[in-house]
Amino acid sequence: MSDWVEACAAGDIDEEDVMRFDHGGRTFAIYRSPDDDYFATDGLCTHEKVHLADGLVMDDIIECPKHNGRFNYKTGAARGAPVCVNLATYPVKVEAGKVLIQIG
Amino acid sequence: MQAGMVIIGAGECGGRAALALRDLGYAGPVTLVGDEPHLPYERPPLSKDAMTSDAPEIKAIASDALLAERSIRHIHSVQAVAIDRTAHAVRLSDGSVLAYDKLLLATGSTPRKLPMPGLGSRCVYLRTFSDALAIRAHLSPENRIAIIGGGFIGLELAAAARKLGAAVTVIEAQPRILMRGVPAEIAEIVHRAHEAEGVTVFTGKSIADIADDGVEVRITLADGQQIVADLAVIGIGAVPVTGLAAEAGLSIDNGIAVDATLRTDDPDIFAAGDCCSFPLAIYDGRRVRLEAWRNAQEQGALAAKNMLGAGEAHDAVPWFWSDQYGLSLQIAGLSDEGKSTVRRDLGDGAFILFHLAEDGRLVAASGIGPGNAVARDIRLAEMLIAKRAKPAPEALGSQDVKLKSLLAA
Repeated sequence: MSDWVEACAAGDIDEEDVMRFDHGGRTFAIYRSPDDDYFATDGLCTHEKVHLADGLVMDDIIECPKHNGRFNYKTGAARGAPVCVNLATYPVKVEAGKVLIQIG
Repeated sequence: MQAGMVIIGAGECGGRAALALRDLGYAGPVTLVGDEPHLPYERPPLSKDAMTSDAPEIKAIASDALLAERSIRHIHSVQAVAIDRTAHAVRLSDGSVLAYDKLLLATGSTPRKLPMPGLGSRCVYLRTFSDALAIRAHLSPENRIAIIGGGFIGLELAAAARKLGAAVTVIEAQPRILMRGVPAEIAEIVHRAHEAEGVTVFTGKSIADIADDGVEVRITLADGQQIVADLAVIGIGAVPVTGLAAEAGLSIDNGIAVDATLRTDDPDIFAAGDCCSFPLAIYDGRRVRLEAWRNAQEQGALAAKNMLGAGEAHDAVPWFWSDQYGLSLQIAGLSDEGKSTVRRDLGDGAFILFHLAEDGRLVAASGIGPGNAVARDIRLAEMLIAKRAKPAPEALGSQDVKLKSLLAA
């Protein structure tokens, strides 16, 4: 139950940015941090199910495009109103230029 | 004994303030007083999602369990009727008296009443969850809904009513919809979206007469045209709830007048959210009053800080959004501060208008597009506005230049 799934090519995401990835009826957000590491979380904000891939990445924070709920995308931790429920995170690795995420 | 913190108004602002007091480590009594029977809840869904779901639900800001865990006493279904500033006490409509060390007025706003005779039970306003439930009951294919006022509440409601199959007419007295705060170029897109969805939109039409017999509302326009509806929803703006503050002798200036720290002219009384007017730092202290969800949230949190003595000045950029059909509109800043605009197209019909002051400072940005297409750039624009940046108009207008790169400059 711990398949590594190819999400995108490493170059598909700009530094300090995010993109959407859908797999098996679920939706995820894949991040590339300013220091060039990759991360993955659930795609939808825990406040009102808005997709985070339209949001803004600043340092290690993803901000929901709708109501500015903030999460640390590296840990999934909610960072203040209106969000209070943490975001699920998934292990990520980069192999041969591909970003893989482990979907539990 | 410590009297503690009393918050009048249990909406977004009051609810957030109560939670913030605990987040900040305040251990004394916190009492939240609301005139509605509900837990503090979010109002924005009332004209949007809550309207189109079969059984509208309250989106609570805090559950009973959370309020209990945070030792926040929530007194509901009562009104504050008088403030005794000398005694530091508030009298409630149930006869009880609450003593306070610091008081926060988060009394919000109330729909502006249409000053016309003839309004009956089929002419309603939307502010509370109960209002929303009552309106929701009329939104079905067999019903005709008239919306008086082409502002955000009315238009969002029009979109919801269409989604549920009702016949909808919007009547706006101004020459166009969204006259207040929304650029004409964007209002035009919204106008066309409503027409494409089958809404009849009248602009520049004043109402000569309304007759409501409790079953039907007959609206006669000044040009003689008649609109018959099963329900008329009036959305012509909101007025701040200031009676309590005024009777206590606090200054009122288009809302309860507060300084940059949200303090009224009584050092132990603060006001925040829709009910207050405050100096907006980014526009050199221009006094404004905002009816906006995020402002209510931010000011609630700031008021909590300052009730605890932080003395921090409000320094946020106003931000506002609306959803209608698949379109989302977002505005950062107040566009009337701008003298010229630069347009940036984002693809899929989405675009942003950047509003620049005479000296080239970016003072506001208004965007519209499908889904959340404009969200990220509006957020970046908000940061540029906060920085009082003067980005090159060519850079703002070019999709090839990332807004984030302007922020670093």
